[in-house]
Amino acid sequence: MFVSQHGRQLENNEKLGVVQMKLLKLSAVLLSLAWLSACSNPLATKESDADLQAGEVAVEDRNAESAGIEGENATGSDLGAEAQVIVGEDEFQGDELNDPASPLSNRIVYFEYDSSSVRAEDQETLAAHAAYLGDNVNVTVRLEGHTDERGSREYNLALGERRALAIRQILMLQGASINQFEVVSFGEERLAIEGSDDSVSQQNRRVEIKYLGR
Amino acid sequence: MNKLLFRVIGFWILLLPFHAHAVLTIEITGGSEAALPIAVVPFGSEGFAAPEDISEVIRNDLASSGRFAPLPKSDLISSPHEKAEINFGDWRLLRSEGLLVGKVSSVDGETYQVQFQLFDVYKSQQLIGKRYQVPASGLRRLAHQISDLVYQTLTGEVGVFSTRLAFVTDMTASDGKKRYTLEVSDADGANPRSVLQSKQPILSPSWSPDGERLAYVSFENGKAEVFVQEMRSGRRDSVAAFKGINSAPAWSPDGKKLALTLSKAGNPEIYVLELATGKLARITHNSQAIDTEPVWMPDGRELVFTSDRGGRPQIYKVSADGGRASRLTFEGRYNASADISPDGRFMAMVHASNGKFYIAVQNLTTGTVQVLTEMGHDESPSFAPNGRIILYATEQNGKGVLAAVSVDGRIHQRLGESGSDVREPAWSPIRK
Repeated sequence: MFVSQHGRQLENNEKLGVVQMKLLKLSAVLLSLAWLSACSNPLATKESDADLQAGEVAVEDRNAESAGIEGENATGSDLGAEAQVIVGEDEFQGDELNDPASPLSNRIVYFEYDSSSVRAEDQETLAAHAAYLGDNVNVTVRLEGHTDERGSREYNLALGERRALAIRQILMLQGASINQFEVVSFGEERLAIEGSDDSVSQQNRRVEIKYLGR
Repeated sequence: MNKLLFRVIGFWILLLPFHAHAVLTIEITGGSEAALPIAVVPFGSEGFAAPEDISEVIRNDLASSGRFAPLPKSDLISSPHEKAEINFGDWRLLRSEGLLVGKVSSVDGETYQVQFQLFDVYKSQQLIGKRYQVPASGLRRLAHQISDLVYQTLTGEVGVFSTRLAFVTDMTASDGKKRYTLEVSDADGANPRSVLQSKQPILSPSWSPDGERLAYVSFENGKAEVFVQEMRSGRRDSVAAFKGINSAPAWSPDGKKLALTLSKAGNPEIYVLELATGKLARITHNSQAIDTEPVWMPDGRELVFTSDRGGRPQIYKVSADGGRASRLTFEGRYNASADISPDGRFMAMVHASNGKFYIAVQNLTTGTVQVLTEMGHDESPSFAPNGRIILYATEQNGKGVLAAVSVDGRIHQRLGESGSDVREPAWSPIRK
């Protein structure tokens, strides 16, 4: 859990954001190298770039995402990994998605306890993502819903999905279309930070917006 | 080639049927004052020494139940192995009510003869006695069976020492990534073995009524899907992999159906899946609410589940054919994760109070609720198949551990495990 270890040291969210970006870029490079050595297809490498910049839990996510694209997800099986990569080269590099100053660099939305209501301070972030998706109709995102570790695991699995769907609803109301989304809930199974006190729980109740490419 | 690589990594799952590691140990943490004194005399041995100390396994079983207080070994004044060697007066002086003696013999070290006799000390009477012939590998299981017989003879209730526990562990591997393991152990925590290992989360194991299969949720394909795995062969089938959440499987009492939660219609709802045909019946229709965690009433006619249709998670009951649900829980703002006792009289659940989560039991006849635990991080209650004990997951020093509490709240046990986080316990049915 690369990022979360650092997250424990830094309580300030904004500071975390900047460090996180740096760490993610570094880990993206490292992972790209690892991936290159494992697989000579450079297209696959590009895809891991996009994934990494989208969020945390870098390495572990690879498997889930690979399986998702390969398996049950209609977008993935129709288009295949190679189509995604070409888009990645054309649009993601140097794109505003990669600009740390853009509200688009904010890819995590937080929630109150047992709530799926979006907080006022996240409206700007969501408006930016909605506008980007509206302007780039071939871009898809995965919304990953998460909860804190309190209470029933199964109920939390459902709550994580409800949060992700709430974000999808807001993004759709502001210009994105339904076929640009994949929704998955991990409930409390992938905490951003281990622990159950209030400040930790707050950072676990979240939806992560992960750009997938086309 | 790319696809193949994805598949190899994405489906990185190992089946390791006999990979034994961390052992759960049971310790009683309180409340056994009403325990029955019993003397368990170390069994006599003839010929080849047995690889298992049968009388020690029995002694630990009886002590761990909290219903018995085996005499300390230092108090055993003699070592009879059969009735002719017993002086009942001695054992009365020690105030032992029960006396268990026996012997183990083998001529070749492969097959063992085991016999035991249980006596009522005050009546100087044999209550039960049996003789067995088992292979060396069957000695431990036989010891648990004898414990069951002793327990049943002296308490009138079914013993659960021969049953098994399923649970999920996770640990961080040397590469810094998490490994999740679905494990099955004996009821005393001994002999744990991995039945599924994955890089992705596993949750909600549920035993089939015959104890031959486990249903569970695995994220191995990137999201929650339901699988059924045969215990003997290791064969596993995906039974629900629809769009959205596939989770919370629960076997019907006849073993033919699974109740589960699917969000394929856009919202988590309860469904019943007929395993032989794949036929799916939707039970709940509440598109605004979370409906999840179904369990069956023992008669198979009704389902009990968690729903936040009233604004907060509470427990409801509905006909297994669907229809109108009725609310069961009214105390507190959060009740979830119901499990029903095998006789249908009690419901165990997670009950929140002041932001902490406890195991509580509700009498389904009177509606009375009793909070049984004190830790405040308690979840996933699972009844023992005799309905006497509730196994649950809790936290100790920030680590997930399993614990158990008697339905009357008097006996508390903790199953200590070293190394990994343990959670999601499910107590097996009684072996037929």
